[in-house]
Amino acid sequence: MESRVIVVTSGKGGVGKTTTTANLAAALARMGKKVVAIDGDVGLRNLDVIMGLENRIVYTLIDAIDGACRLKQALIKDKRIENLSMIPTAQSKTKDAVTADQMIKVCDELRADFDYILVDSPAGIEAGFKNAAAGADEALVVTTPEVSAVRDADRIIGLLESMEKSPIRLIVNRIKPHMVKKGDMLGVSDVLDILAIDLIGMVPDDESVVRSANTGEPLTMSSDSPAARAFKNIASRLVGNDVPFMSLESADASGGLLGKLKRALGL
Amino acid sequence: MSLFSRFFGKEEGSGKTAKDRIIMVLMQDRADISPELMENMKRDIIAVIKNYVDIDEERIELDLEKENTSVALVANIPVLTVRRRKRRV
Ligand SMILES: Nc1ncnc2c1ncn2[C@@H]1O[C@H](COP(=O)(O)OP(=O)(O)OP(=O)(O)O)[C@@H](O)[C@H]1O
Ligand SMILES: [Mg+2]
Repeated sequence: MESRVIVVTSGKGGVGKTTTTANLAAALARMGKKVVAIDGDVGLRNLDVIMGLENRIVYTLIDAIDGACRLKQALIKDKRIENLSMIPTAQSKTKDAVTADQMIKVCDELRADFDYILVDSPAGIEAGFKNAAAGADEALVVTTPEVSAVRDADRIIGLLESMEKSPIRLIVNRIKPHMVKKGDMLGVSDVLDILAIDLIGMVPDDESVVRSANTGEPLTMSSDSPAARAFKNIASRLVGNDVPFMSLESADASGGLLGKLKRALGL
Repeated sequence: MSLFSRFFGKEEGSGKTAKDRIIMVLMQDRADISPELMENMKRDIIAVIKNYVDIDEERIELDLEKENTSVALVANIPVLTVRRRKRRV
C-alpha cells in the first residue's frame, strides 16, 4: 500500500488538532495499520502528553533534523498498541526551527516504514504551519461550530488548496447536540454549506476527552465514549470504509425531515 | 423555504445568527474587500453620480448584502436635485 501523509490542521488554535491526531493515530494502529504521529507543533510540544509518551522521550524531531541522531532514534514505539509510534518535537525551539524542505524529507523517509504518517500542526494562522504541512499529501481541517473558528478554517482551506493538498476534509469537533437542537449552535450542515468541502467526521463535545487528556491514554485505545466512537469512525473512513454518519446528524439544525416530523408530533 | 419546512421549522436561535454572520464575514474575507477598499469604491461612485444628480454624500450607504445564495452590492444614494441638462434647441 502507498503510504499516506496527512496533516491535521485548523485555522483557529485550540479546536482539537492534537486530540484528533492522537485518537486517529491510535485508532488506525488498532485497525492494523502501521502509524506514526509526528508533533509538528514546534515549541508547543503537546502530542507527547496527549498520547501519554512524555516520559519516554530521548531524542526529538529537531535532533534528527540537526543530525544529532538518526530519525529512527527519535521514534517512540507505543507499548500499548502494536504498530503505533510517535515523533516528539522540541519545546525550546521557535516555530521556524523546521523548514519545509526538512519536513518533506522527514515525511518521505518515514514512508518506507509506515502506512499512515499523521502530522499534528500549529494552527494555520501561526508561523510554522506551512512548514509543518509541507510534507503532507492530504489534510484534515478541524473546526468547532463557532463563528471565529469557521472563519479561520475558510482561510486555511484556501491556503491548503494553494499548497495542492488533496483531499482536504473537514472534522467538526465539540458539537453540543442539545444546543444544535435548540438552534443555538451551528449545525454540521450549516458549516458544510459555508465551507463547501467534504466532511469526514463530527465529534461531540465530550468529557471523556478531558479525562483521556488527564491520563494520557487516547480514547480510541480503550474507551467506547461518544467521542471515541466518532474518532474510530473517522479512522475507518480514512482507510476507505463507507461508515454512515453518527446520529448527531438528527440533532442538526437543518436535520432530517423525519426527525422534525417526529418532534412536531411529539414522538 | 417550502410551506412544509416552514410549518415544521424550528424557532431561530443564535445558531442562525452565527451562520448569517459567518457568510457575511467570509464574503468580505474571500473577496478581500477591506473597509478601505469599500470607502474608495464609495468615493468613486459618488464622483460619477455627481455628474448627473446632486446627492446627499453624507447619507450614502454602500453595503454587501446577502440574498439567499447570492451577494449583492446595495447602494442607497439619497438624491437632492436632479440637474437640469442643457438641451439643444
Ligand atoms: N470533543 C471534545 N470534547 C471536549 N473537549 C475537547 C474536545 N476536543 C478537544 N477538547 C479540549 O479542547 C482543548 C484543546 O484541544 P487540543 O489541544 O486538541 O487543540 P489544538 O487544536 O491541538 O490546540 P493548539 O492550537 O493549541 O495546538 C483540550 O483541553 C481538549 O481536551
Ligand atoms: Mg495542538
